Amino acid sequence: MVVVCPLADLAPGEVRRVEVEPPIAVFHTDEGELFAVDDMCTHQDASLADGWLEGCEIECPLHASKFDLRTGAVDAPPAKRPIRTHEVSVVDGVIHVRLSTAAPKLPPSAGVPSDVP
Amino acid sequence: MRTIVVVGGSLAGLSTARALRDQGFDGHLSIVSDEHHRPYDRPPLSKTFLAGAATEVEIALEAADEDLHADWRFGIKATALDRSERRLDLSDGSSIVADGAVLATGASPRRLPGTSRLAGAHVLRSLDDSRSLRDDLSSGTRLVVVGAGFIGAEVASTARSLGLDVTVVEASRHPLAGPLGAEMGRVVSSLHADHGVELLCGVGVHGLTGSDRVTGVALADGRVVDADVVVMGVGVRPNTDWLAGSGLAAADGVICDAFGATSLASVVAVGDCAAWYEPALGRHHRFEHWTAARERGAIAAASLLSGGTEFRSGRPPYFWSDQYGLTIQFSGHIAAADSVVVEEGSTGDRDFLAVYRRGADPVAVLAMGHGRSFMRWRRQLATATIPARQE
Repeated sequence: MVVVCPLADLAPGEVRRVEVEPPIAVFHTDEGELFAVDDMCTHQDASLADGWLEGCEIECPLHASKFDLRTGAVDAPPAKRPIRTHEVSVVDGVIHVRLSTAAPKLPPSAGVPSDVP
Repeated sequence: MRTIVVVGGSLAGLSTARALRDQGFDGHLSIVSDEHHRPYDRPPLSKTFLAGAATEVEIALEAADEDLHADWRFGIKATALDRSERRLDLSDGSSIVADGAVLATGASPRRLPGTSRLAGAHVLRSLDDSRSLRDDLSSGTRLVVVGAGFIGAEVASTARSLGLDVTVVEASRHPLAGPLGAEMGRVVSSLHADHGVELLCGVGVHGLTGSDRVTGVALADGRVVDADVVVMGVGVRPNTDWLAGSGLAAADGVICDAFGATSLASVVAVGDCAAWYEPALGRHHRFEHWTAARERGAIAAASLLSGGTEFRSGRPPYFWSDQYGLTIQFSGHIAAADSVVVEEGSTGDRDFLAVYRRGADPVAVLAMGHGRSFMRWRRQLATATIPARQE
């Protein structure tokens, strides 16, 4: 389990990036739900923590792919592959994340410069 | 509504088709595309795909297991729309009768006159255009790009990374002034010189030289810039000629209301071929942005199915450009701005955020780097009311 932060330190509408490998993003939606996903768009290397959170949907800050935080599913292109989701729990007022054992879905460009010539 | 035909198989057409299914349309869906490829993403065509670093599979827009239960017709153009008989005529002589129609025929790049049969003289819009240009770039040594807009700049950047000598020729004295304003247009255009690409501004193009194959670009001032490859990035015109006689008004894009409805019942238009009424501008406007083509499919679908009850997002327009290893991001309405101030970083470092304002009100934001701040500004612009410009 990864200890993220006290729930009181993550207001609704806010996000916390956690530097595990690969990094994850923990979202607290305006509706009060908590979600954790890999903090990298599956289309191209960009931090979803810097994206646009609306309801349970996160939009990539660069090329505007949209993902459903509940399932990781792609809601809108250019991404085609879902993001990996992680299980979130609150124990004694502290946010914990159980990291998924599924293989991460990194973008083709991860680690190498790509859509920039 | 039991049958719908979507004319156009690119981002706008696909997004609308997906939205029709998402919104519960379970009738017969036809999608007519003049392409020979399934839907693909165009932004990489001037970047990774052009450089040979992304494959056709990687730039496909559909997931491998996606099935819209649609009747796809590829390699076919629409030639006429007759709504009195609900009929769409096609270039193969057949026709489709449908209760509803989605017009998403996009736009075509402009060419310089007399260049359509000149080898080495390219435009860039389609996957096939990009492939053909890539072939020429791989054997070429001197590229001239006509037009310093975003497509031209991205092609220049990619070609430079492939080792070509590149010159960009721009008729205006103020490159990118339309999308970014003169001051910031100059800043972004200075990336060319940073990377050894020559930018000639304020000089028109007389024509291309060469008989079978292009040999250069003849400038209006008498100079000739040698070239073995030329790319014309001089804008597009909406693909609406085929609608003559349909009763639809289309001077620069099919005129639509703020939800994509045209003047014909059960006909909507979306994407580069459509000029929607823009409340923020107080007039009709044809956005050529990727994000508009994608996001408005859901609104157009709702217009068609239920008369336009889909919530219209208050998000300001957004576009990006990847060039010379940098991402340039812009959001908002440049036409509303009367000032621009760099608020973070410095333009000299090519690492900054600038805010455009009308009076004291922010109306647009531009960034190179500074993604997190840029997103904050984008969200702030979404809640702001843009004051209408008094013409």
